[in-house]
Amino acid sequence: MSAVALQLSIIVGYLLLALAVGLVAYRLTDRTAEDFYLASRTLGTVVLLFTTFATLLSAFTFFAGPNIAYAQGPEWILVMGLMDGIIFAILWYVIGYKQWLLGRQYGYVTLGEMLGDRFGSWWLRALMAGVSLLWLFPYVMLQQVGAGTALEALTEGAVPYAAGAGLITAFMILYVVVAGMRGIAWTDTLQGAFMLVTTWVAVLLVLAAVGGPGAATDALASNPDTGGFLSLGGDYYTVQWMLSTAITIGFGVAMFPQVNQRFFAAGSKTVLKRSFALWPVLCVLLFVPSFMLGAWAAGLEVAVPEGANVLPLVLAEYTPTWFAALVIAGAMAAMMSSSDSMLLSGSSYFTRDLFRPFLGFLGVVVSERLEDLIARVGVVLFATAAFVVSLFQPATLFDIGNAAFSGFAQLALPVLLALYWRRITRAGITAGVVVSQCFYILSLFFAVVPSAYAGWSAGLVGMGLGLVVTVAVSLATSPAAAERRAIYFDRFGAD
Amino acid sequence: MRHTEAGVWILVGLVLAGLAIPWFLWGSATVVAGLPIWLWWHVGWMGLASLVFWLFAQRAWGVGIEPAGSDGDSSGGHGVGPESARETGPGGDGL
Repeated sequence: MSAVALQLSIIVGYLLLALAVGLVAYRLTDRTAEDFYLASRTLGTVVLLFTTFATLLSAFTFFAGPNIAYAQGPEWILVMGLMDGIIFAILWYVIGYKQWLLGRQYGYVTLGEMLGDRFGSWWLRALMAGVSLLWLFPYVMLQQVGAGTALEALTEGAVPYAAGAGLITAFMILYVVVAGMRGIAWTDTLQGAFMLVTTWVAVLLVLAAVGGPGAATDALASNPDTGGFLSLGGDYYTVQWMLSTAITIGFGVAMFPQVNQRFFAAGSKTVLKRSFALWPVLCVLLFVPSFMLGAWAAGLEVAVPEGANVLPLVLAEYTPTWFAALVIAGAMAAMMSSSDSMLLSGSSYFTRDLFRPFLGFLGVVVSERLEDLIARVGVVLFATAAFVVSLFQPATLFDIGNAAFSGFAQLALPVLLALYWRRITRAGITAGVVVSQCFYILSLFFAVVPSAYAGWSAGLVGMGLGLVVTVAVSLATSPAAAERRAIYFDRFGAD
Repeated sequence: MRHTEAGVWILVGLVLAGLAIPWFLWGSATVVAGLPIWLWWHVGWMGLASLVFWLFAQRAWGVGIEPAGSDGDSSGGHGVGPESARETGPGGDGL
């Protein structure tokens, strides 16, 4: 069988497997929005860990991470380790555990719902959802573009971009609408385990072919182009850049809807505890082999054309065809699993925080069954819109999608203050969110606001600005009459 | 004292984050067993972080979040297994 046919059959095989899992999950669902979005808050340790892991890291770890290590050196492992293994793990407890407790007690499904209830404000809820969708929608579009382009490259143009991306979008819609959170979490678990195993097999195969890690690293050191890769730091990896990147992305991840919503979905406290402790080890297990492959490829002089991904090329050179095909197919599937989750969360923000309050405003009462239906229709609308927009390849949306992590990071500190600081007011959190978002968006598109400050990124500076504004405005204002501070503190935890 | 306890854990968290990248090896290109020494530090440090997180989860989980005197699981009705019910002693006895 040719490599292309093999890759396509592996991809199709994966899609069918995912669909089967989805159908099993569908049989187990209650027809309620809580079950559709959160699997009725019942996820176990392994499933929660791997679904978060696969959602968060999949496509990026497979492609972008090794590319960075190939171009700039393996220090990227340290940046990702700090951001995901430590910072995100700590937020897992600090934001995640408190959100989980609040979610169980008051039935929250989205971040906006949680904040809107506390601050007695439908428009704060809408603001949180609106800001999140502003960053999420282009990010989903990027995934579709990525999958469509990959399929086009894989079939050497036989499946044109629009058909490939359209096919994948249609499949995702079908899958998400049928399976909901439970099915997505199950396939993510398969995928996370698959990613981990194939990455290790890949690194072992490549190292066996080149004579072990010592030989591969020697090649890296003796190559004049990459001799500097082994010393920690450099022109690209400055202290400011490493810290800015790790902090903004680490905090951004916790506010990404598909990750944040998983904080509500854990089955028990024990699940949260175990996942929390396993997180740093899991990160190292994946990052070290996959990024070292990228770095070693540079020393081994694997040629990577402009715009191509390094990992498939290394595998093509050093591993059997079927194995390389398997990994590429896995990467495609991984891209889809991230998109699935984003689609589900995005539609929940849209229907619950924007559309339902609007219906309420019109005086329409929504039953549980109707809300479940609206949720599924929301998925179709969200995915279709992202696909249609992707056909036009709008440059501005590409920029926004690429900056999504820092954009979400701007929400993190105001949310943290809301969870832990009693003096925060509605005016304070609103001002903090609005100011930091405006600042960061301006820094992306206008030269008036610089994108770096003595080496520190605008994303990090924006977070600091949001923090200062939230605190200052909160101290200068008094709580609005509708605010319910007690539900996060005094009445919290009581039966 | 839950308050001091929280302070100590915040400090532990800052140290874990602060040294995940071995700044003291800045510029070092020493290779040990085929990998840069700073990478070995990182791998070891992440292992340590997992261990510390596990200890935290065992002994101090809930600090800074659960109101004093609460066992934290009082908030939820459904889905709490016997396992989590068993280990919901007062979390504040750690350290």
